[in-house]
Amino acid sequence: MGTEVEYGISVAGQPQANPMVASSQVVNAYATSTLKARRARWDFEEESPLRDARGFDMSRQVADPSQLTDEDLGLANVILTNGARLYVDHAHPEFSCPEVTNPLDAVRWDKAGEQVMLDASRAAARLPGNPQIHLYKNNTDNKGVSYGAHENYLMRRSTAFADIVKHLIPFFVSRQVFAGAGRVGIGQERPKHGFQISQRADFFEVEVGLETTLKRPIINTRDEPHADPERYRRLHVILGDANLAEVSTYLKVGSTSLVLAMIEDGYITRDLSVDGPVSALRAVSHDPTLKTLITLKDGRKLTGVQLQMEYLDLAKKFVEERYGSDADYQTKDVLERWESILDRLERDPMECATELDWVAKYKLLLGYRDRDSLEWDDPKLHLIDLQYADIRPEKGLYQRLVRSGRIERLLTDDLVEKAMHEPPTDTRAYFRGRCLEKYSENVAAASWDSVIFDLPGRESLQRVPTIDPLRGTKKHVGGLLDSSETALDLFNRLTGS
Amino acid sequence: MAQEQKQPKKSSETEESVETAPETDVNERKEALDSDVDDILDEIDDVLETNAEDFVKSFIQKGGQ
Repeated sequence: MGTEVEYGISVAGQPQANPMVASSQVVNAYATSTLKARRARWDFEEESPLRDARGFDMSRQVADPSQLTDEDLGLANVILTNGARLYVDHAHPEFSCPEVTNPLDAVRWDKAGEQVMLDASRAAARLPGNPQIHLYKNNTDNKGVSYGAHENYLMRRSTAFADIVKHLIPFFVSRQVFAGAGRVGIGQERPKHGFQISQRADFFEVEVGLETTLKRPIINTRDEPHADPERYRRLHVILGDANLAEVSTYLKVGSTSLVLAMIEDGYITRDLSVDGPVSALRAVSHDPTLKTLITLKDGRKLTGVQLQMEYLDLAKKFVEERYGSDADYQTKDVLERWESILDRLERDPMECATELDWVAKYKLLLGYRDRDSLEWDDPKLHLIDLQYADIRPEKGLYQRLVRSGRIERLLTDDLVEKAMHEPPTDTRAYFRGRCLEKYSENVAAASWDSVIFDLPGRESLQRVPTIDPLRGTKKHVGGLLDSSETALDLFNRLTGS
Repeated sequence: MAQEQKQPKKSSETEESVETAPETDVNERKEALDSDVDDILDEIDDVLETNAEDFVKSFIQKGGQ
């Protein structure tokens, strides 16, 4: 699994600055200041953004230009020694995490992405003639534009896509009660006054579809597994908010993984289908008291929290029946936290202000409303919403709350700092990252499923496929990488030549 | 329902004290919370961008996924 986050970008004093240029400056400045030798380019060969999980390809002629993400437009695009991809996607700098196997690692490399972006923006500002560029980990400018914070989950190809759609939509409609990042404003363009729990909810318009930039669907069907397509699919989740709070991200990917495991297992027999999921998604988001009732297709009416409790109840039974006392620590921890959070959200959401983004933000906003008698349309409240997501420690309000001990953390600064440079050890990201770190002179390009070497004495480039996400781990190739002095040694030993 | 019987097993001390606080302390706790909110706001006043209206207006993004 892993996250990919597009950051909001602004150039100080130049609201009309070209965001693609500014994003490229950020990415290039980081590459120049950190990467040792030649810069490996991204390899687009295996990308297929128009392949649909329902079994057909969209034609390139009818696709919106923004969907053609496999065309190298010359925008900055680099691979880091931690196995991540740092690049310009549309008009934003994006950090795509290396592949990880568990929720805490997903949080760890997601947070490492924030620090990479911070270093990148600072490096860009140091270049002569460059303006100050500021980055925000949020999802909307409140003027009609939204940009994504996606999650990816590896799933078995044999799982019927219809089952994923059926059981995931009600979960996604309600997951925001703990995964929302909070937003001032209701609606897309010219938002109405008020607070809602999700940054993204108002930008989703259909239940299922291939698009990610227009008519956004709750379930995205992009079928681009970056792995053996016979065995795997990659579920591309585009609905979520960019979270800063570690507990929010941890619960978001942890609970989603559990629900997907149940779907793969065919465990869910309860039908929790929601009547009108797109409007339910918005209704839940628009009510920070969490009392709004969602109507299920079977006629029951539940709050978003209660709908989550249905999934929690299933997940607890699933883990107990399938794993019993053998369940790993993180699985048990996710279940306990999920339960604790839902109980407190039901009692009084404010009890979660030290753990969840939207509640922490809401508490600040209510404080200002009270103290300064502000209405929801006051620019100061919009500023607080925006500045909560500023990634600079001196300006970001989330960062301030953390430093004064008002937000709970799961990681240490040291762990995050290491993850800026080191790959996870238990996926193919290990092979990719170590190759970039050790043989950067000889890596011509790389992607999720390949590393391409330019070797001395060889006319053509040599492609090493990494099609299985769970191979290329430290266990598999750590010794080989340690003992291979040069890229040529490594390649010869890998290919047995 | 299962979720009503559970006892959150959580680590942070503040949380435990909230869980076990007797009813009589509620007002005291509320005052403590209010004063904590005041402290946060005072700290944040110092870092907020100076011209909120201009700053918010000039945060304009182009398309994204």
